[in-house]
Amino acid sequence: MNAIEIRELSKRYALGERRGASGTLVETLSDLTGRIRRRERGRLPGEIWSLRDIDLDVAAGDTLGVIGRNGAGKTTLLKVVARITEPTTGVSRTRGQIGALLEVGTGFHPELTGRENVYLNGAILGMRRREVDRKLDEIVEFAGVAPFMDTPVKRFSSGMYLRLAFAIAACLDADILAVDEVLAVGDTEFQRRCLGRMESMRSEGRTVVFVSHDLDAVTRLCSRVLWLDGGRIKQIGPSDHVVSAYLASGRTFAARQVFAEDRTRPVSVLGVAVLDSSGNPTEVLDRDAPVTFEVRFVVRERVPALDMTVLVHNLRGVRVLDEAWSESAPARAREAIGEYVARIVVPPILAPGEYVAGLWLGTPFESMFYEDDLLRFRLQGDANGRANRIAQLGVPWDVRPVAGAALAEGG
Amino acid sequence: MPGVTASEAQRWTENRATSGLRLPRLAELWRYRELVYFLALRDVKARYKQTALGLGWAVLQPLVGVAVVTLVFRRLAHVPSDGIPYPVFALTGFLVWNYFAGIVGDATDSVVANAPLVTKVYLPRLAAPVSAVLPALVSLVPGIFVLVALMLAEGVVPGIALVALPLCALGLLATAVGMGLLLAALNVRYRDVGGALGTLIQLWLLASPVAYPTSLLGPSWQWAYAINPMAGVIDAFRWSVLGAPRPGADIVVSAVVALLLLVGGLLYFEHQERRFADVI
Repeated sequence: MNAIEIRELSKRYALGERRGASGTLVETLSDLTGRIRRRERGRLPGEIWSLRDIDLDVAAGDTLGVIGRNGAGKTTLLKVVARITEPTTGVSRTRGQIGALLEVGTGFHPELTGRENVYLNGAILGMRRREVDRKLDEIVEFAGVAPFMDTPVKRFSSGMYLRLAFAIAACLDADILAVDEVLAVGDTEFQRRCLGRMESMRSEGRTVVFVSHDLDAVTRLCSRVLWLDGGRIKQIGPSDHVVSAYLASGRTFAARQVFAEDRTRPVSVLGVAVLDSSGNPTEVLDRDAPVTFEVRFVVRERVPALDMTVLVHNLRGVRVLDEAWSESAPARAREAIGEYVARIVVPPILAPGEYVAGLWLGTPFESMFYEDDLLRFRLQGDANGRANRIAQLGVPWDVRPVAGAALAEGG
Repeated sequence: MPGVTASEAQRWTENRATSGLRLPRLAELWRYRELVYFLALRDVKARYKQTALGLGWAVLQPLVGVAVVTLVFRRLAHVPSDGIPYPVFALTGFLVWNYFAGIVGDATDSVVANAPLVTKVYLPRLAAPVSAVLPALVSLVPGIFVLVALMLAEGVVPGIALVALPLCALGLLATAVGMGLLLAALNVRYRDVGGALGTLIQLWLLASPVAYPTSLLGPSWQWAYAINPMAGVIDAFRWSVLGAPRPGADIVVSAVVALLLLVGGLLYFEHQERRFADVI
């Protein structure tokens, strides 16, 4: 039996439409008169199909992962399923109560106390006050913030804030849960709790649709994976199958990506590259030499606790590197305005083979840049006949005879 | 599987493109009534949390307003007040007007200010502008105490017309919510609305009988004047609370306009709502 049915669904956005704040009355009027003059009424200057001809069934109790590059339509799919926006054509049907978790802590107000925010957030997610009353203890315990429930959340640490926000969403009695990239923020402990809670939702028989760039988590958590590409379904099937097809697909080796600067955003990434030991972008690198990752970015507005990490996956979808800036620098060293070149040098520890590197940049509260597939490179070298390992450290064995334990030969 | 029978009873919910006029989903809004309350509570707490005077502003604001207009309109311009002591007359007008302007202002901002909710969660978006009715109440209540004190001091006592007070309040709410819904939906598309709002409210204040009585206009003009629903609303409040002369038949014009504004606001908001998440 299905919990979600999607038929011939497409969703179109007018280009620039999402930047509503800049659309003033005068602009619309001049746009309109221009259109009448050109006798092109009704046709918008530019449009983009975020989803195209989607047909999808999700069985009740199933956990579906959704993967794809940025702009593939993953979030739009969740928004249509969760009824946040209407499709342009086609239909999406859901059975039972649906909860959308597109962001942790939506509607949290910094001036309100933890308790007040729990009730506000509960109401936003469609819970009754009595329901929240009943679950308050559970929420407080899950979040581990009991002594601070009457403190404004602006005094919370980012970890406490996220744990409380997630705890409310986690106790939501939804039959279908649509989750978008919540694992991109927070510390390991928070992510572990999130994953654990999603696992228990699966065992409770709830239907979960889970959008993520974390291919490792998708493989572990989801029985089926949907791969979106340019708004269309590229592939759907068993997780490990689709994830490895996704990783092996499309883009050929790339040692460098350059991005146009977006001046409207507080932080924008200008480029990412993988460099050999002499500092040149190279797709094929020597396994026995250090590998350098380089990120260029501009900070235009002060962003407290800015953080980034380069994520490297092998072709089996296992995350082999995830070194965050915050692990080596305090928060106050990570917020100044300016243009930066960041480099991280990884000693020769990875086994020979192909790798896919991505970049996450953001704060403990929000992802500002997240792409799992930016660079593809090969580490060339001798695996010494052992192809299945992830790390190849070259640490020698120290084997020596134990003194005095001479065994009698021949018995 | 025990879960299957339970979920078989669950109904399918559809999401497909809609077009044309849509009836406002008031039943759903009612289900989410606690959300309306909590949104309002959030706005009130956030507003008064970092102020030194707190609710003192709610008392001070109308008092200063009344002092100024008493000086200008009464002492200098000798504006009549239908036989009611001028400060009581003006304060009643101000309280009604400030509540109205408070609702319209909060409602206009409500959808844009709650943009993260609109784009990240499914909820009846009507809840945002409707919740604007409550925060302005916080500054109205202390003002009412001041008015009662002033009425006692001036010896103004309401008559039997006081029973019509809920009707007056309905007229006020219809006008304010209707206008608020209209502007909130427009504000999503055109942020100019926020800038124009201050001027609109100021002009509207001058066009309403806040500091002067409707009777100041000739009888031939009163019908046209009643097209401003706030004219009828303020006159009705003065009649009910202060025992001012009973409003004439032109109050029907105000009532009809108020009702049209409410229905029009609801329909327009509901019509635009489907695109909020894409446009905001």
